[in-house]
Amino acid sequence: MTATLATQLLVSGLGMGCIFALIAIGLTLIYGVMNIVNFAHGEFLMISMYGTWLAYSFWGVDPVVALPAVGALMFLFGVLVYYVLVRQVLDGTMHAQIFATFGLMVFLQAAAQFVFGADYHAIDKSWLGGVLRIGGITLPSAQLAAGLGALLATLALYALIFRTHLGRQLRAVSQDRTAALTLGIDADRMNALAWGIGAACVGVAGALLSSFYYVFPRVGAVFVLISYVAVALGGFGSIGGALVAGVLIGILQVISGFFVASTLKFLPVYLLYLVVVLLRPTGILGRQ
Amino acid sequence: MTIAGASLAPPVRAEWVRGGLIALLLAVLLALPLFLAARPFELRLLTVMFLYAAMGQAWNLLAGYAGQTSLGHGMFFGIGAYTSTMAAIGIGLNPWLGGLLGSAVAASVGVVIGLACFRLKGHYFVIATLVLAESLYLAFADWEWVGAAMGLDLPIEEPSLLAFQFHRDKRPYYYLALALVVAATALVVWLDRRKMGHVLRAIRDDEEATRSLGFSPMRYKLIAMALSAGMIAFCGTFYAQFVLFIDPPSVLSLQLSVMIALVAIVGGIGTASGPIVGAAVLVTISEYARIWFSGSGRNIDLMLYGLIIMAVSVYRPAGIVSLFGRRGGGRR
Repeated sequence: MTATLATQLLVSGLGMGCIFALIAIGLTLIYGVMNIVNFAHGEFLMISMYGTWLAYSFWGVDPVVALPAVGALMFLFGVLVYYVLVRQVLDGTMHAQIFATFGLMVFLQAAAQFVFGADYHAIDKSWLGGVLRIGGITLPSAQLAAGLGALLATLALYALIFRTHLGRQLRAVSQDRTAALTLGIDADRMNALAWGIGAACVGVAGALLSSFYYVFPRVGAVFVLISYVAVALGGFGSIGGALVAGVLIGILQVISGFFVASTLKFLPVYLLYLVVVLLRPTGILGRQ
Repeated sequence: MTIAGASLAPPVRAEWVRGGLIALLLAVLLALPLFLAARPFELRLLTVMFLYAAMGQAWNLLAGYAGQTSLGHGMFFGIGAYTSTMAAIGIGLNPWLGGLLGSAVAASVGVVIGLACFRLKGHYFVIATLVLAESLYLAFADWEWVGAAMGLDLPIEEPSLLAFQFHRDKRPYYYLALALVVAATALVVWLDRRKMGHVLRAIRDDEEATRSLGFSPMRYKLIAMALSAGMIAFCGTFYAQFVLFIDPPSVLSLQLSVMIALVAIVGGIGTASGPIVGAAVLVTISEYARIWFSGSGRNIDLMLYGLIIMAVSVYRPAGIVSLFGRRGGGRR
């Protein structure tokens, strides 16, 4: 194996890994605050990709420009979903919670097909398109930019959660709900905020992805199963865990896709999850 | 599934009323095919409904009673379908024996999975089952020996009960599927009334307390898993004999795993009537919505479906059967 190839695989894996991580962090944040897994997370991604594609094909807005707007709109969408649906099942069983968001997933996927049809769409002339040549290495610049963007977004999120008052309140609710309530933290508002931020994360990831990935109604399914695995692998509720696991998965799937077969690229990822939870039942960085 | 207010009547009378209703329902279902010979759509609808009801019962045994939520039960369906089909193609094994073989294989796989994964809690277990089923899907879609993504055609035999194949008249499939639901339901009800049912529910509600009473939660959960996996695998063999073609998307998909769970949850988890009601409602909606709306290719059927699932989880988290005001009624 040449050094060029190794670099290409590594960079490509890191890029995808950062995107997986960003999607997974949104999921794990919601889980950490209220113990609910959002099974419609992939459809949030799909919606934001359609949003970016619409902005591009109707108004000629580049994904880079659309990104903040898509992120903000997805924040509002997340808050809306919390108040309309999730809040009603907060005290329900795990089954009711799984199937509330699962129903939302089925609905959103079908709604997307209803509105846009089953066709694949692509943004072909993004500012980020083309390739980047550094020495003898050829890198697709859109993927590279998406990886970098996802990394920046992750850092910003880290700063928000670990360096601000709001983030401290979020973490307080996540660590001990009752204690947080006695300290006067509005848990309901924190829940809504977690859904908003979680959805904004996939909003940013979706805008970045759409500059090099096809948009179609079932696109969420491609990414979301891997994101669940990333969340569980890292440890439910652990933001650091989701980041580590996301990047790890990104690299692993690129390598196995290259050396084994592209259809089997996620198999080693699944096996990795099983091996890790059998050794550590709460993932890499999960609370015991 | 009794009439409203039955709980006020003495329990003995309630039992009689329930028994009478069940007998009536069975009589209607037994007589129905006489009128459906020329209606293939309805016949197929009911056959598929029975199949899902039987699988919902099997899933319910593990999830509803023992509290182990699996979103990967489609893998046992696939194991059953592939085992009997490969045995028929390879050594010409009779599908009934193939079905039993498939059940045994699935039960063993289930026990191995249980031994490894039952110590995972909550969502870690859910994701583990999901990942296992998805791995099997990827492996089978790539494995030439089992037809890979192309799938397998079953060898066509002379139609007979022994050959488990019926070509022109599909009514025998209806009766066999009905027999599957009745058998699955009878097994669940029987277990429910014995020590097994009590121990499983105790494990679901408080595993530590059950252990302290001297019952091994692992042993009971493994039995529930083996029974559940074996039942679903036999349904897989039934499906293969019914459709005469299998491939990974039809017998190993994530959608299948989710649908099996959904039937029990929408109907009423942890109740014997739940999966039957759930299958009746969900399969009817999905099949009719498909023929009414899907000509447009716009997926209105699935939108409706998603809305119903959300509505049930919000308004009836204990399932549709809880509408009938029965005592208990699922997991609280």
